[in-house]
Amino acid sequence: METVISVKDLEKVYGNHSVLKGINFEVERGSVFSLLGENGAGKTTTVHILSTLISATSGSVLIGGYDTRKDTDNVKKRISLTGQYAAVDELLTGKENLMMMGRLNHLDRQTVKKRTIELLHQFDLVNAANKSVKTYSGGMRRRLDIAISLLASPEVIFLDEPTTGLDPRSRNNMWKLIQELSNKGVTIFLTTQYLEEADQLADKIAILHEGKIVEQGPAETLKKLVGEEKLEINLANQKESWSIAKQLLAGKADEKNLTILVPLSSVNSLREQLQLLHENGIEPASISIRKPTLDDVFIQITKIKKSE
Amino acid sequence: MNESKWTWIILDSWTMTQRTLKHIFRNIESLMMSIGLPIALMLMFVYIFGGAIDTGTSYINYVVPGVIVTCVAFGSSLVAVEVADDMTGGLFERFRTMPILPSALLAGHVIGGMARNGLATAITILVAVIIGFRPTAGLLEWLGVVGILALFMFAASWLFVLFGLIVKSVESANAITFPMLFLPYLSSAFVPTETMPKWLHTFAENQPMTPFIESLRSLLTGTPLHNNVWITIIWFIGLLIFSIIGATIVFNRKKKR
Repeated sequence: METVISVKDLEKVYGNHSVLKGINFEVERGSVFSLLGENGAGKTTTVHILSTLISATSGSVLIGGYDTRKDTDNVKKRISLTGQYAAVDELLTGKENLMMMGRLNHLDRQTVKKRTIELLHQFDLVNAANKSVKTYSGGMRRRLDIAISLLASPEVIFLDEPTTGLDPRSRNNMWKLIQELSNKGVTIFLTTQYLEEADQLADKIAILHEGKIVEQGPAETLKKLVGEEKLEINLANQKESWSIAKQLLAGKADEKNLTILVPLSSVNSLREQLQLLHENGIEPASISIRKPTLDDVFIQITKIKKSE
Repeated sequence: MNESKWTWIILDSWTMTQRTLKHIFRNIESLMMSIGLPIALMLMFVYIFGGAIDTGTSYINYVVPGVIVTCVAFGSSLVAVEVADDMTGGLFERFRTMPILPSALLAGHVIGGMARNGLATAITILVAVIIGFRPTAGLLEWLGVVGILALFMFAASWLFVLFGLIVKSVESANAITFPMLFLPYLSSAFVPTETMPKWLHTFAENQPMTPFIESLRSLLTGTPLHNNVWITIIWFIGLLIFSIIGATIVFNRKKKR
């Protein structure tokens, strides 16, 4: 596999504040790479350095073999950035936005026209093409934003938190869209704060925490690290039942809240656990299923690092 | 810089200008403000205050050059709002990842802004003529008027590009338009400066708006010219150089941030 993005010892310091503390990673051509991290972890800074918007304090970034610092023009020709704020002109129509950006991308007139029509279709914006962007919904704006990014047929697309602020339906559409793009062979660099999003879309995930990459690898490897979903059984005001249940189930019991946390490997295991309680005459006050969160990942990683 | 780079600067500037031109007619508020404000001001001065002000000439002939200056000064300041709008949204980042040179990016705002301003000025002069303004200017004088106005608009638009780049929000860009609206009041725009208190008179005589207005006045209505045109040209070429250099420095600093 060919490497299209290669980042070595990347550091960024603002005054006394070190935002990136030497990060390393590589992205393969045609893959989806996800940089996962909380707010303030340094995701946007990384994207801005990779897309030539700001320069790094030290370290190097190669995109398609070109140095982002020395070969800025050659890098710019190969990438496009969709930032956190939709970069569209509110007063122009969707079509005018595409035409203008196409020309500013230095495509010839025929290509601009052809790509505009193609992209309006691909992104389901044909009906809204001649309406001012002011009237667009959040999801439509995002779609137009990404359509603009694709005008010049870039090799690498940077998507900085593409689903933040979208409603669940628009988010699902966006996921579908990203998968389609990936199927067409475009390399996608995606940042997100949602574990689920990275898990759904990425071939490779790197977790950024306080300016360092604490873990990276294929999505499957990381999944093992995260652990499975857990069933939380709440036995509030049933101290005795809680004591019995603690013996029956192989889980983590919490005496203060009278809860038991059981790992859940399958739907079947959920049924078995509940059945077991029922047979012993225990009726939980409530149950809930806890999906692993980014916090769980950090806790898990810190644990591993300590034991090493 | 090679030939194709220059071609792209011109083509990109044109694309960006087209964008600003489209904005003019879609941002009705801004258009109404830049046309409506000077006209309202002119009607107010001519019909309300004018009767009480003695300028030794017909007041409408005295005040119209002042109104024109207020119109172009305010019109140029709107460029700051447009630039700030691009900077604070995501558009600025997108433009910067594309192969466009910053000069083309900013030139679009300047040229488009000048077009809006020219339109507003033409309408203002037309209304002035309707309500009794009688310029004595011949073709040569009119060309002089257009030339001086264009130089001012060009310099002032670049100054406001600089302001638009500095401010952190569209609101502060809006606030910047205010002083520009009031600067002409502290000049010979509406009343002769001799009637002002001494300290204000000194300021009014030496700020660039006064020679600017006096130049227009003498070109349009034949009052004595003195050195006003030259002083005006020196002021605004200075302003232009300052603004272009300033805008370039600020723009590049933003980039390395």
